[in-house]
Amino acid sequence: MRTVNSLIGSPIERVEDLRFLRGRGQYVDDVTREGLLHAAILRSSVAHGRIRSIDTSVALALPGVHSVITAKDIGNRVPRVPMRLQPLPDFEPFGQPVIAETKVRYVGEALALVLADSPAIAEDALGVIEVDIEPLPAVPDRHASAKNESLLFEDVGRNLAIKFRALRGDAAAAFQDAPYVRRESFRVQRHFALPMEPRGLLAEWDAARGRLTVNGGAKVLFFNRRTLARQMGLPESAIEILENDVGGGFGARGEFYPEDFLIPFAARFTGRPVKWTEDRREHLMTVNHAREAECDIEIACRRDGTVLGLRGHAYVDVGAYMRTNGAVSARNIAQFMSGPYRIPNIDIDVALLLTNKTPVGTYRGPGRFETDFFRERLFDMVAQDVGLDRVEFRRRNLVSHREMPYAIATITPYESKDELDSGDYHSTLDRCLEEIGWAEKSKLAGKLIDGRCHGLAVGCFIEGGAAGPKESARIVLEPDGRYTVYVGSSGIGQGLETAFAQIAADALEIPMDRIRGVFHGSTSYVSDGYGAYHSRSVVMGGSAILDAASKLREAIRARAADQLGCPASEVQIVEGSKAVGPRGASVSLTGLSTDGIAAEGAFLNKKHTYTYGAHATHVAVDPKLGHVELLDYVVVEDCGRMINPLTLRGQAIGSVVQGLGGAVMEHLAYDEQGQLLTGSLADYLIPTASDFPNIRAVVLENHPSPINPLGAKGAGEGGIIAAGGVMANAVANALGAFRVEPRQLPLTPAYIWELVQAGSRRAAE
Amino acid sequence: MSVRFEVNGKPVAVTVEPRTTLADCLRHQLRLTGTHLGCEHGVCGACTVLVDGAAVRSCLMLAVQAEGAKIVTVEGLSEDRDLTPLQKSFRKHHALQCGFCTPGMITTAHALLSEEPDCDAARVREVLSGNLCRCTGYISIVEAVLDARAAYKPKERARDRA
Repeated sequence: MRTVNSLIGSPIERVEDLRFLRGRGQYVDDVTREGLLHAAILRSSVAHGRIRSIDTSVALALPGVHSVITAKDIGNRVPRVPMRLQPLPDFEPFGQPVIAETKVRYVGEALALVLADSPAIAEDALGVIEVDIEPLPAVPDRHASAKNESLLFEDVGRNLAIKFRALRGDAAAAFQDAPYVRRESFRVQRHFALPMEPRGLLAEWDAARGRLTVNGGAKVLFFNRRTLARQMGLPESAIEILENDVGGGFGARGEFYPEDFLIPFAARFTGRPVKWTEDRREHLMTVNHAREAECDIEIACRRDGTVLGLRGHAYVDVGAYMRTNGAVSARNIAQFMSGPYRIPNIDIDVALLLTNKTPVGTYRGPGRFETDFFRERLFDMVAQDVGLDRVEFRRRNLVSHREMPYAIATITPYESKDELDSGDYHSTLDRCLEEIGWAEKSKLAGKLIDGRCHGLAVGCFIEGGAAGPKESARIVLEPDGRYTVYVGSSGIGQGLETAFAQIAADALEIPMDRIRGVFHGSTSYVSDGYGAYHSRSVVMGGSAILDAASKLREAIRARAADQLGCPASEVQIVEGSKAVGPRGASVSLTGLSTDGIAAEGAFLNKKHTYTYGAHATHVAVDPKLGHVELLDYVVVEDCGRMINPLTLRGQAIGSVVQGLGGAVMEHLAYDEQGQLLTGSLADYLIPTASDFPNIRAVVLENHPSPINPLGAKGAGEGGIIAAGGVMANAVANALGAFRVEPRQLPLTPAYIWELVQAGSRRAAE
Repeated sequence: MSVRFEVNGKPVAVTVEPRTTLADCLRHQLRLTGTHLGCEHGVCGACTVLVDGAAVRSCLMLAVQAEGAKIVTVEGLSEDRDLTPLQKSFRKHHALQCGFCTPGMITTAHALLSEEPDCDAARVREVLSGNLCRCTGYISIVEAVLDARAAYKPKERARDRA
């Protein structure tokens, strides 16, 4: 006999690996078709300007060039990239045309699309398109943006898209009577997701049937289908978007980008299949950027370190347009400035300012990475001021287990209330301190050993997950007795097929090899799907699978009851393989139906889950060179209920390393003219195998989420969230003798060296 | 131009433009799509293949330069029936998530372990630092490669005897 629920919680090796390890994955660029046309996109080299003319005649004359599409070929009004999340009317004037019409607003904006017999010929043609752009003064940063001297959208009259405001309690009153107040400014640099697989699309138009098929979907297939149907004047049912193997998402991949219209449009325009694969330079200047945020915040405390309030302003450089999820990080900066802490009075506004840079979107832990840096940095400064140990300062202010669920700040104008669902935030902090060996190692704080100063830091985080409203799943009992699972969630490399097979097999009480497959890659598998974002797949898709499994078992009982000649209520399904009626009569599920038995289930949800935990690190900093070596790093997170500890631990460590990239090296740098200076992977640095060898993850499931039947919480982002704050605090701790207080990221050797020099000068004065 | 070389033990003859990279030739003409292109400027290592036993970035090599060479791709390091010991080790240690960098990791690790089956963690990190992975944080990849060393030792002894 199998025990029920033996797969959930087990470190099952992934089913996906069998194809990936042998080079048998099928990513979108691996797909080909007869008669294919290859697309290449001419992109603006000017950050801000008015288009005078685009001459495509020489390009069109090149042998092998089929056509060149510009805005005038699209129709009367070029469609805009819509807002998927927070679709407020305020954002509408700032929507991005899918191809530049009258102006260009960032380097990399699409101007023309060449279709040719080979990618090389298409790229040759880009070089001979003559574009005449009248340059306008570029808006390179949020300060220039706020001046409104150069406007991205003249008809709107300002570069401010909107201000979000987070409110809780009465901040003004709290600050009025506060015995201690400190004000600080911090800055996080522009960086981004950078999945290893470049984006790509392959679109086919079947003119006879009026049907469009698009390979290359990811993350949010159903939303993108709705958008594309509207833009192309087609019913949704005429479009199928397919998800191939996807080489990483991290928030960026799969959102609706201009190419998601242009390539399908080109397929209908030419009547031929059209394929486009971006190169890495294109990726660096066109995929959603993220993280660029500054804040000017004040904290009020009692003398004993109890936080009374947070107030102030934050500024997010959103780039040139508002598109899909471009408001999420700003919204989260407002709402999650308080993180896992009990801060009774909050008043924070966040301005979304347009600049002539690539538009922003979400990147793993959006707004949370930024606010953890702001808040945890501020906390270490404040703890020192009030003379309280920084661990004790955090313990005193963490939301306690008894206060759950705990209401956090409300956001306007996108009226959104939220609460922390469950957990014991003190326990993960304590566990993290124990794992890093805090009591012993903190004796090294600030010590100079072999020319390097040692530093320790610890910080806490919460990670939101399980965005609603819904997810769908369908399970089919095949005639051969195996089960097929279909979900509306999306696979972006996170191991969805394995986790869902575990959940489905447990729900159906069968071994995993009876699951024929978990299919997630098409808009035709389930009636309605919502995809993979906000760490939602396990909670939403997994819970939908439970519902589908329960409904399927009912359907199986009903069918078996017909054959057994008894009421369905008297039929039991045994080990997912046979149905047993009263008096021991049984029927095998293999062949129970010649065409299979199917049931669709759903999970609806309005609340969020909050995985939580702590990070701690031990670093050695060379004050002469500014180099930081990571000696140890621990992340502890409690995700309510683990589906697969092997993949969860992998998510946690992978997430930490991305966070360390953002903390010490990654930077999308621009000059004053809005030119991207980091247009290759030789310039945009990400962590390599030799950078951070010592990272440990402890994954726990002590406090299940009360809001879903699995008890699971969205996980996978927690590892990134506290990395910036913890690393900056460790550097400050190491270099206390030099009065180093980092107030921005990344912590490059040059920046740390400058802080050491400035600190030494101050000490000498 | 026509060029002849050997891929995964089989001789091939292809006609390519002089500018066609080995990676594009493998992927699009020979349909060996296990070799991936992540940057096309020699940084990410996803396109790593073995050229006469050495790990080479196929995006930085022209197809015509492969004349007479023995090329091995991830497909050539795989078997139909089961995973190889190196692949099993990757699976056991969860050394891959999205799988996009994985073929380059496998070819690079295979080249390393074939030459240096006794390499230590620092050496593995040094060699793999030329292959970017955005998912795993590398810890599990290094563990997987170290754990697979044993499978390469008898082979080397056999080769030395030969």
